[in-house]
Amino acid sequence: MIEEAIHPKDIYLRSDRFPHIWCPGCGLGIVLKSYVDAISKLDIPLDHHVLVSGIGCTARLPGYANVDSYHTTHGRAIPFATGLKIVNPELQVTVISGDGDLFNIGGNHIIHAARRNMDILVVCVNNFNYGMTGGQHGATTPEGARTSTTPYGNIEHSFNLPYIMASLGASYVARWTSLHVRQLTKSIMKAMKMKGFSFIEVISPCPPNFGKYNKFNDGLSQMEFFYENSVLDNNADLSEAYIDFSGKRPLIVGEFVQRIRPSYIELERDLIKRAMEEP
Amino acid sequence: MNKKLIKPGNYFMNGNFACAEAALIAGMNFYAGYPITPSSEIMERLSYRLPQVGGHFIEMEDEIASMAAIVGASNAGAKAMTATSGPGFSLMQENIGLAVITETPVVIVDEMRGGPSTGLPTRVGQGDVMQAMWGTHGDHEAIAYAPSSVQEMFDLTIKAFNTAEKYRNPVIVLTDQVIGHMSERLLVKNYEEYEVIEREIRKFPDPIGKVHDFSIDYVPMVIAGKGFHYNIDSLTHDEMGYPSNDPKIEEMMVRHLVEKIRKNEDNIVEYKEYLTDDAEVLIIAYGITARSSIEAIRKLREKGIRAGMLRPITLWPIPKRKIERLSEKIHIIFVPEINFGQYSHAIREHTKVPVKEIHFPPGAVPDPKIIIRNIEGDAT
Repeated sequence: MIEEAIHPKDIYLRSDRFPHIWCPGCGLGIVLKSYVDAISKLDIPLDHHVLVSGIGCTARLPGYANVDSYHTTHGRAIPFATGLKIVNPELQVTVISGDGDLFNIGGNHIIHAARRNMDILVVCVNNFNYGMTGGQHGATTPEGARTSTTPYGNIEHSFNLPYIMASLGASYVARWTSLHVRQLTKSIMKAMKMKGFSFIEVISPCPPNFGKYNKFNDGLSQMEFFYENSVLDNNADLSEAYIDFSGKRPLIVGEFVQRIRPSYIELERDLIKRAMEEP
Repeated sequence: MNKKLIKPGNYFMNGNFACAEAALIAGMNFYAGYPITPSSEIMERLSYRLPQVGGHFIEMEDEIASMAAIVGASNAGAKAMTATSGPGFSLMQENIGLAVITETPVVIVDEMRGGPSTGLPTRVGQGDVMQAMWGTHGDHEAIAYAPSSVQEMFDLTIKAFNTAEKYRNPVIVLTDQVIGHMSERLLVKNYEEYEVIEREIRKFPDPIGKVHDFSIDYVPMVIAGKGFHYNIDSLTHDEMGYPSNDPKIEEMMVRHLVEKIRKNEDNIVEYKEYLTDDAEVLIIAYGITARSSIEAIRKLREKGIRAGMLRPITLWPIPKRKIERLSEKIHIIFVPEINFGQYSHAIREHTKVPVKEIHFPPGAVPDPKIIIRNIEGDAT
């Protein structure tokens, strides 16, 4: 009798939740794989891992991982995660959500979490548009790009995520594409070991929406673009690290910031100690 | 009990400080907030007092973040609270819904000021009464206490935490600028005289086998980091916490969320009566307006008008059975409010006698003379 084969990574997944909801060619499966690989290799107990997300395609990722997971409201994953982490610092709190969720509707929260050096890891999967609602433009949509709400081309300047995060004092800042599977896994592992605020941007294809409007006919063609244009530069001038799909400028990836500065939890615990010792 | 809690005894204290001290007695150990008049003294006091008792205080970037943070903190096991006023209360509404659907106990203090929009930041209003009930979208039941003195601000804050824990629901302390800023006598009793309900936290391994149980009113809460690996979702979800598009699941979930409050309404509802035994004219008033009404009733009785008052302590759920019973013997109901008619609409649903609104524009404590004039004109 043949026993049913169990994949060694199955314990990290809610396998009863598959198949997932993501489209063919989407990069989110790769991000989930990297997260699962990272937590399986780290010495942090599985019970201490918490995933928090807002709303959108990426925000459905925590629902597939076999950890405590919170699918919260649109844009508010970071303040929710902040509450969890302050009350129980033993938790490894990771926010995985999309560019629209984290930087458009939730933009206020991510800049303050980075400024506070709040001890959470934020993985932002950037597909340059709102995938779940049909490919509308957002603050990460490159200038000139077409989306379902920029039919004449996007006239707005776009956010350069690592540049913003580095300027606010984040302890760890990296960017990869969904092609950089091993680098992303190692990056998640490293970020989870950092104190303070860590940020990883993952550039991902969105074939039926952003891809369709911008001459990437399928996931593979956008992955080919990543392959041909990605340049690893850990010391990049981040002010130049913005993204367009003209093919005329490099898509800069790497680990841009790794620094030690007092984290929120360290400072808050010290404050409580001082207040409690007061006569 | 922590020796850094407020000592039992008599105090002369304002409502905001009383609220902060009461929250500490209730075991509140996480506060997230954003400054807003007239509630800011609550957070100022707690920024100083919470660390002394080993609790956590954080000033967030806005009220949306404050509300999300307390829902997160409660899911890590904390008794969590925020305080705000109208504009901030509006911003909190979406995540109050998150607390409802995830059955997360939290306490929100809303000190009503004049509105709409920025309105009258430093002056009293009672315009958030319907918002406290229906501010967040979708079907739900609300629980809101309306203190009308500093003493009640203290006592009802403790009760709000207990009710939140008991029903795993957000609870609102719906007060107003005057109660928040007014100083008056406060009696703090010995700690053992206060009922403090501690949360029942589910132990791992899970005896229930699913994160929610829609068939019973209360199931011990799962908190983060204990080994459960459950999904907690803002989407309509089944008992495993998994998102569902199925209208049958929506019905089961929402029916549970609504019924756990409706079924226990008699245990939650609180009110006080004032001279209702022989009353022919009934005033229904809450918060600071109830105090103006007492003065009005005194003067009306001197003039031979038998007036009495029902003061709902829980605005939500509304004391409907009491209103129905009182309606059998009174001729008319007057509802003075510092708004242009809100709670009066809810009262009409539970009575056949005429309900007359007495509108006070936001900005000042209602003048008893105006209440008297309205009642004299209509009741005689």
